[in-house]
Amino acid sequence: MASLREGLAKTSAWLDDRLGWGVLGDLARKKTVPVHKHTVWYYLGGMTLFLFMIQILTGVLLLFYYRPSAEEAYESIQFLMTEVQFGWLIRSIHAWAANLMIFMLFLHLFSVWFLRAYRRPREITWISGFILLALAMGFGFTGYLLPWNELAYFATRVGTEIVHVVPLVGEFGLRVLRGGDDVSGATLTRFYAFHVALLPAAVGALVLLHVYLVQKHGMSVPPNIERRSGSWREMKFVPNFLLRDAVGWLVALAILAALAAFLPAHLGDKADPFTPAPAGIKPEWYFMFMFQSLKYLPAHILGIEGEVLGILGFGVAGMAVLLIPFLDRKTARGEPSPLFTWLGVVALAFIIVMTIVGYVANPTQ
Amino acid sequence: MRVLTLTGLAMAALFLGTGLGAPPAVVAQDAPNYCVSCHQALTVERLAAPVARYTQDVHAAKGFGCVACHGGDPTVAGFNGMDPAKGFLGKPEGQLLLQVCGRCHSDAGFMRRYNPALRVDQVAEYRSSVHGQRLTLYRDTLVATCTNCHPAHAIRPPSDPQSSVHPLNVARTCSVCHADSTHMAGYQIPTNQLERYEQSVHWAALSERGDQSAPTCNDCHGNHGAAPPGVDWVGNVCGQCHSVMADYFAASPHSAVFTRLGVPGCALCHGNHQVQAASDTLLGVGEGSVCSRCHVEGVGGGIVAAAMRARVDSLRAAYGFADSLLQRAERAGMEVSQARFDLSGAQTALVQAQAAIHAFELDSVAHHADEGLQVAAAAVERGHGALGELRFRRVGLTVSTGLILLLIIGVILKIRQIEA
Repeated sequence: MASLREGLAKTSAWLDDRLGWGVLGDLARKKTVPVHKHTVWYYLGGMTLFLFMIQILTGVLLLFYYRPSAEEAYESIQFLMTEVQFGWLIRSIHAWAANLMIFMLFLHLFSVWFLRAYRRPREITWISGFILLALAMGFGFTGYLLPWNELAYFATRVGTEIVHVVPLVGEFGLRVLRGGDDVSGATLTRFYAFHVALLPAAVGALVLLHVYLVQKHGMSVPPNIERRSGSWREMKFVPNFLLRDAVGWLVALAILAALAAFLPAHLGDKADPFTPAPAGIKPEWYFMFMFQSLKYLPAHILGIEGEVLGILGFGVAGMAVLLIPFLDRKTARGEPSPLFTWLGVVALAFIIVMTIVGYVANPTQ
Repeated sequence: MRVLTLTGLAMAALFLGTGLGAPPAVVAQDAPNYCVSCHQALTVERLAAPVARYTQDVHAAKGFGCVACHGGDPTVAGFNGMDPAKGFLGKPEGQLLLQVCGRCHSDAGFMRRYNPALRVDQVAEYRSSVHGQRLTLYRDTLVATCTNCHPAHAIRPPSDPQSSVHPLNVARTCSVCHADSTHMAGYQIPTNQLERYEQSVHWAALSERGDQSAPTCNDCHGNHGAAPPGVDWVGNVCGQCHSVMADYFAASPHSAVFTRLGVPGCALCHGNHQVQAASDTLLGVGEGSVCSRCHVEGVGGGIVAAAMRARVDSLRAAYGFADSLLQRAERAGMEVSQARFDLSGAQTALVQAQAAIHAFELDSVAHHADEGLQVAAAAVERGHGALGELRFRRVGLTVSTGLILLLIIGVILKIRQIEA
């Protein structure tokens, strides 16, 4: 055992001489995490990163069997689910981890919002995080079509149709996304390219930037705690915080395993463009609040198409959330900012209510 | 009656002399039409109604006026326009009606201008029908002629749901005469065909499922050439749709025997107007079977019937078991769509075996039944495999959850140790 430790230490020293990775170890050892009543929210970022790593790992494994064409995609997944050892497990974990990751991203965003962690000097951390949420939703949207089943086909048709109503660039955007007039094999290959090449590259770069910024600026202490006490306990990142993180990851892993075993990802029927769309087509849950809101808009508002106005509204709202660090002037000046707390509460309530309504309401209304 | 017939023939001769042989010209719509203006002003319903009804008639839509069938001169008011010397026919009936309708409908060159797809042999067919034979040979004026099925002044194309000859309305149209016991009293044939037909699987398919390919009266009896299917060719009639069964039957030992005995093939077991959905209970020698009407259990044909029934039953049972097994696996979240698709082969084999019953030979049924049983057995194996895999997953989950739990406990203990 002693000789093994000695060998490892020598190898590590040899690599450090050439790679200089000891710096990372030093940084990790020096890094501390503030301890206060809101510390629990700090774990969400690590949890999201853990789920993203699972996505990469399972996604790469799925690539070994997946064939991205309208003729073979469904059959390749069917083969994976029925014939490949643990193929069902890999696909089910990939599908469930995607959902959990986006859920964690939403929680992470709102926790940062309510704790004002976006204030100076963390504006770019917020912006990169928000873009990461958008890209994760893009991952979900593109990945949903890849099994080429009936539900995915028609949901993608409805989803891409929404792009069509965007003024000026709608028509162009629709054709870029679909690779033609309608959802077809060309759409599948495009979505595949987005899902396994473009989005991972963009997310990878942004995650590096995000983690670097978190490392550079450290964990943000909520302003009310700063104002009230002025001092707080610190916890070492390695090993104290990291081990607590690991507990969360293991719990997530157990939940994923249970979901995959009891509720494995369904495949459904193969997409057939010539069959009528099944009743009650619904998007993935994280798009539901937007989908349901658009349904309630009247056909025309002040002479403008209701759907166009709705899309523009969500675009403006998204842009406003992106720019919160610059809009929330009171927080920037170190003053309490209840308006932005209420705005966050309203946004959260809107998302939750519309999502629930989307699943409860009659799909034809 | 004799006076009326002679009058009709005299009018026909006059009409022929004034050009009945040639189809009529389309009358310009803006020309004066005293037929319409006078008749619509009449208070006698019988004489005024045709004007209103004719607006919906397919002939009116093509531009034909009253004169096309009734002759006369519509540009002359009053009775002068209805002068037999001007070709006026009055109300054509009987054989004269055949000539009036046939003048256009038997002329291929003329019909091509209005409806090229329409056949032009209706009158010839009609003359060969029981209706036509009775009309021409026995001067029977109670039989149906053109206007009994295609009501004058309100004729619509068969594709029109309001047409008297639309598939959904044909049975009712025929029943106007055939369900009227007074009308049919002299013909010695039953009048319950409509009642029985409306209880049949064919009417259910037509009226409930909207399947317009399902047969109604004219599909088995012919329309213009309507006649009861003969004993020796009833199989051909049913075989128009049930061609596989008809082929099996034609090659079967029953075919020749039935013909020799003078009993109708299909109808003997399935009935005619009241055909019910065929089920397995018709086969064999048990209760409800049709084989046992002639064959005795344990003897010759009875043995074959029982053996065929046993094969069909075993395939149905095997299919049902495999299907329920795969359903259980599917409900539990297992991916068995390919196995379910493969199992549909057993369903196909069952249908083929049921069709092969009409060969009345065990080998024909056994061939398909055995094929289906093999498919069902493979599906059962896949179903058991899927359920076994499900159990493996549950066990695997329990073990992995236990391991993860141990790890969590270990990490928590480590944290406590570090922070102590």
